Amino acid sequence: MRAPSSPDVAVGDVLLSVQNVSLTFGGVKAVSDVSFDIRKGEIRAIIGPNGAGKTSMLNIINGFYHPQHGRINFKGETRAKMRPHDAAYGGIARTFQNVALFRGMTVLDNIMAGRTLKMHKNFFWQLLRFGPAMTEEVEHRHKVEQIIDFLKIQEIRRTPVGRLPYGLQKRVELGRALAMEPDLLLLDEPMAGMNMEEKEDMSRFVLDVNDHFGTTVALIEHDMGVVMDLSDRVVVLDHGIKIADGTPDEIMDNQGVIDAYLGVAH
Amino acid sequence: MHLLYQIFIDPFVQMGAAPDLLVQTLWEGLVAGVLYALIALGFVLIFKASGVFNFAQGIMVVFSALTLVGLYAHGVPAFLALALTVGVMFVLALAVERLVLRPLVNQAEIILFMATFGLTYFLIGFGEMIFGGDPKVMIADQLLLPGGSYTVKMLGGFVQMQKIDIAAAIIASLMVASLAVFFQKTRIGRALRAVADSHRAALSVGISLEYIWVTVWFAAGIVALATGIMWGARSNVSFALEIIALKALPVLILGGFTSIPGAIIGGVIIGVGEKIGEFYWGPLFGSGIESWLAYVIALVFLLFRPQGLFGERIIERI
Amino acid sequence: MFYREAGQYKTSYRADQALFPILQDQIGIVLILLAAFILVPLFASDFVIDSILTPILIFSLAAIGLNLLTGYTGLLSLGTGGFMGVGAFACYKLSTYFPGINIIVLIICSGFFAAAAGVIFGMPSLRIKGFYLAVATLASQFFLSWCFIRIPWLYNYNVSASIEVPARTLFGISITGPNATAVTRYIIVLTIVSVMTWLASNLLRGRIGRTWMAVRDMDIAAELIGIKLYPTKLLAFAVSSFYCGVAGALLVFLWLGNAESESFSINQSFLVLFMVIIGGLGSLTGSFFGAALIFGLPIMLRMIRAALDLPMTSATLEHINFMVLGILIILFLIAEPNGLARLWQIGKQKLRVWPFPY
Repeated sequence: MRAPSSPDVAVGDVLLSVQNVSLTFGGVKAVSDVSFDIRKGEIRAIIGPNGAGKTSMLNIINGFYHPQHGRINFKGETRAKMRPHDAAYGGIARTFQNVALFRGMTVLDNIMAGRTLKMHKNFFWQLLRFGPAMTEEVEHRHKVEQIIDFLKIQEIRRTPVGRLPYGLQKRVELGRALAMEPDLLLLDEPMAGMNMEEKEDMSRFVLDVNDHFGTTVALIEHDMGVVMDLSDRVVVLDHGIKIADGTPDEIMDNQGVIDAYLGVAH
Repeated sequence: MHLLYQIFIDPFVQMGAAPDLLVQTLWEGLVAGVLYALIALGFVLIFKASGVFNFAQGIMVVFSALTLVGLYAHGVPAFLALALTVGVMFVLALAVERLVLRPLVNQAEIILFMATFGLTYFLIGFGEMIFGGDPKVMIADQLLLPGGSYTVKMLGGFVQMQKIDIAAAIIASLMVASLAVFFQKTRIGRALRAVADSHRAALSVGISLEYIWVTVWFAAGIVALATGIMWGARSNVSFALEIIALKALPVLILGGFTSIPGAIIGGVIIGVGEKIGEFYWGPLFGSGIESWLAYVIALVFLLFRPQGLFGERIIERI
Repeated sequence: MFYREAGQYKTSYRADQALFPILQDQIGIVLILLAAFILVPLFASDFVIDSILTPILIFSLAAIGLNLLTGYTGLLSLGTGGFMGVGAFACYKLSTYFPGINIIVLIICSGFFAAAAGVIFGMPSLRIKGFYLAVATLASQFFLSWCFIRIPWLYNYNVSASIEVPARTLFGISITGPNATAVTRYIIVLTIVSVMTWLASNLLRGRIGRTWMAVRDMDIAAELIGIKLYPTKLLAFAVSSFYCGVAGALLVFLWLGNAESESFSINQSFLVLFMVIIGGLGSLTGSFFGAALIFGLPIMLRMIRAALDLPMTSATLEHINFMVLGILIILFLIAEPNGLARLWQIGKQKLRVWPFPY
């Protein structure tokens, strides 16, 4: 088990913080007055029972939902709301609970799509393809192949993603997020629907990404074992309110958390 | 400067100068709107109950009218022809359910939409082959529909209202009211709404899709027939009607795809907007702006309310 | 066993991403091009060239245009006819004002006018999606149709509201107008269509193609990886309309020789849409198949009538055409929603393992 008090990566300043954020959907209070921060280089878990507002929280950070109150501070800049494009540009990437891959495309194309922000050759070079556009394409192909090697999905690179089993789809989605070379990686239940082996694989990927690339990770997860093993700090939400915030050990002992959850460890 | 005057001031001046003409135009618009609404009603029925956007509704209007007139031309008495046409529409509903809908159960909506394109073209070819392409006269008198008109003196002039138009408005209102009640109150109506939400879920609670679909396409066929009769009585029955039927689409945008009262309101807005636009602003642009004005009205609406007047706000969940 | 990739190793990403990575495909395309450019003009009759091949090529181009918008970017459009018309009329006006400039240059330029129209009428796509956008494109179709009749300047105030193509030459050879031979016009159309197809395939294999397909498959996810939705959609409208506009100009200048507004009506829009559906949404080769089938259908019916000596009038034949078309669409949607292109792919798959069944 990874000792949470001695991280392998030097945890630094606050990379992102949300302050007093509230989000309502026509009467349903998804998130109420939640504040927490994520430090550079750490792995932060967001946990809580179903309907606690975890995914909504990620959507706010991403810029897909706009909170009615509160502010988001990312890389020193404070905003009332994030725009999806700004989030992507600023180095935030994410995966989704229900895999949001591009079903009409192959694995390779999906991950290459993640490189879009970094590809700059304009329309006319694209038309021609010979020359600068091709060079750029090959250069990014190199990077994408590195990710494919890292995730061990070489055999399926030309398979349309719609045909892949769920576990592999989640891995491809991780690959697409990694292709953005993000500073902050948001993972929404990356282990959902996986067996023990797949979970171990995925956990190792997350750790490697955090160790080797120094990517800050925020993940939503239900499997307590994973949360305890992987994360540096944990924030617990319940019915849209933050009920605990601390290291995994502190959270495990927190009565409020146990009550909210009936704390089941897998 | 003169142009600004022409666009923003002059038409209203004209409206005020001859208010009886304004009322006449409004009436014409209302009548056209009611007919668009009837076509839209057919769309709404099918969409509400099967999630299918039936592009062929327009051609069903033409086809049913042609069948009626064709039977009469072969010597069948008017009301018998009417009954037989109803039977034909039933057979059509059966055929569509069996050959088009059943094989495409659970497919994406866009696929079903495109299938109705195919249905449209088939019915156009079939109809033209059997009945011929030249315009026909609707047997309005034989169906005991009123002819002639009322002339009302008002506002310094007079307004003429065709009796057939009044009949159309009344019949349309009756249809809308009864259908609205049917959907809300009856068991079958509830089943129809369930099917529109999810084929699979409806199947799993034991709703017979085939029964529902035949029912609703038949109902839409009856609405189409009524529309065809009304429209044919005002102007002749021809395949040009098929294109005019496309105007039901802007009506649906305004009124929403699943709202029965919305179809009437949307229809009236489009009908009146179109007639007023053509009459008072048309001469500015050269005539014939009726061909696209309805769509532009709908487009402008969409820009402010992408889900239409009565549509539900689409909240996307990831 | 002939169509296998065994033994063909790619040693660079560049080779892997080539247009036709398999050797057999490379040979195949060379043969097709040779046949199209050399064999056809030598051996095919003028009738076959002018009534079948040239229009199929032109409509394939229009189908490619619509496919880019609807098949690859997922934006259903019913305005194809209108955009083809913009291209045709733009070319006509350009040729009136600049009689000295080469007509091929003008044809390409008219594409830009169509692209501009596409962008303008595509602007609602910022907020409107799906069916609603389709209805918005109907607005563009009906408005443009109306313009083609009601703006006399467009057809040089011709009394019959139609346009007549002026005679133009290229390197001294007549290419438009009554003196242009079928073969000349065919070669020019073939060249333009080949080049534009190649350009389209370049776009689709690169960054832009991926952003279009991402918008089609899940626009929310596309946004979150940094794709700007609105510029992507507008670009799709622009490029798609460019292709349709050039197709329209080719239709009038290198095939029909004249045009009325009816040539660019809503029926034209539907026809091209059917080509795309039957050929296969999201497939360039499918566009060619779809155009060939839709265009070839009336001709096939005519041949069947002649062969079986059936007593049918032309009008009846046309009605049967409509009926068969409608049935074909429904059949394809039931059996193979991905169209002829998918059937072709399945055929090639079978070829790979032939003569074994698996």
